[in-house]
Amino acid sequence: MAEPSAPSGAPIWSREGWRQGFRLGLPVLAGMSLFGIAVGTTSARIGLDVVDMLLMNVFVYAGIAQMVAMEIWPQTMTWGAIATLALVVAVVNSRLLLMSASLQPWFAPLPGWQVYPLLYYLTDPGWLIAMRYRGEGGRDLGVHGATTVLFLAMWLVAVCAGYFLGSLIVHPQRYGLDLAMPVFFAVMLVPLWRGPRRGIAWAIAGAVALAVQHFVPGWWFIVAGSIAGALAGGFLEPDDAPARKPS
Amino acid sequence: MSGIDLDRYGVWVAIAVMAVVTFLIRAGGFWLMGHVPLTPRLRRMLEVLPGAVVMATVLPLMVRGDLASVIAIGAAVLVMALRRNDLLAVFCGLATVAALRAIF
Repeated sequence: MAEPSAPSGAPIWSREGWRQGFRLGLPVLAGMSLFGIAVGTTSARIGLDVVDMLLMNVFVYAGIAQMVAMEIWPQTMTWGAIATLALVVAVVNSRLLLMSASLQPWFAPLPGWQVYPLLYYLTDPGWLIAMRYRGEGGRDLGVHGATTVLFLAMWLVAVCAGYFLGSLIVHPQRYGLDLAMPVFFAVMLVPLWRGPRRGIAWAIAGAVALAVQHFVPGWWFIVAGSIAGALAGGFLEPDDAPARKPS
Repeated sequence: MSGIDLDRYGVWVAIAVMAVVTFLIRAGGFWLMGHVPLTPRLRRMLEVLPGAVVMATVLPLMVRGDLASVIAIGAAVLVMALRRNDLLAVFCGLATVAALRAIF
């Protein structure tokens, strides 16, 4: 095996890939925009001015971490408060370390000026779409480039809408929009399915996440469950397992 | 403690620190994987990871959520399994929860 995790060779960029990526990103837009609106509304509520709000969304660009940070946002900024914010953001974003690691076999041949901007704007749904596409044998980075650009643009529009108009947007729960992102995540399980052995690893991930959520406060459950599932997946299958089959 | 005036620039410093921490994490996994050999076992772990992240994220949310959200997520997965259309599946999931919450 010269390239064990490169099912179809070196990465390419194509216009067709960009088109496919924009299509694959569509189901995420409802959930993403609602979440962005919530982040924008919260930014206004805690008193960030519009420049701070934009800086945070362009340079941090991590919605869940921003929400948690803004929940503990201090009235007056001290070095202690900044250290606390850094720690909270690191914990909530720790799952991104795993995601970034899993993209390495695909991105490794690329020059740094392509890899690092793509990683800077890495999102959970963009990563899920990329891993599904890659798992089915795809290698066109246009797909990932398209979701990255689409989500960033949608996000910035949504946080601005939330910041300026947040109070006008009523009861998203009534339309089920609060569930848009979890629903999309769950739907992605179907194309990621590779049989019961992987299902056992997923079940272990879910069970560990539930247990950690129950006993440990905060957001550790995501990264704990993810690592447990990945470890289970690595050790449940024998070393001579046949190569993966596209579903 | 330092020459930076936190009263004036504290928010910017906080945002800058959050941005650096987040980028180091986003780049760190890629960087680390460039320094360890990709064994078959490690490759399988990375392949299982997307589904594991989904389970570890969605299951705790479902347990915390209402019954309508559990049914809606089930409906969306079922539609995806039958039709293999992610857009349709998400739409059906959201329509299900909207309908259930309107009725009950």
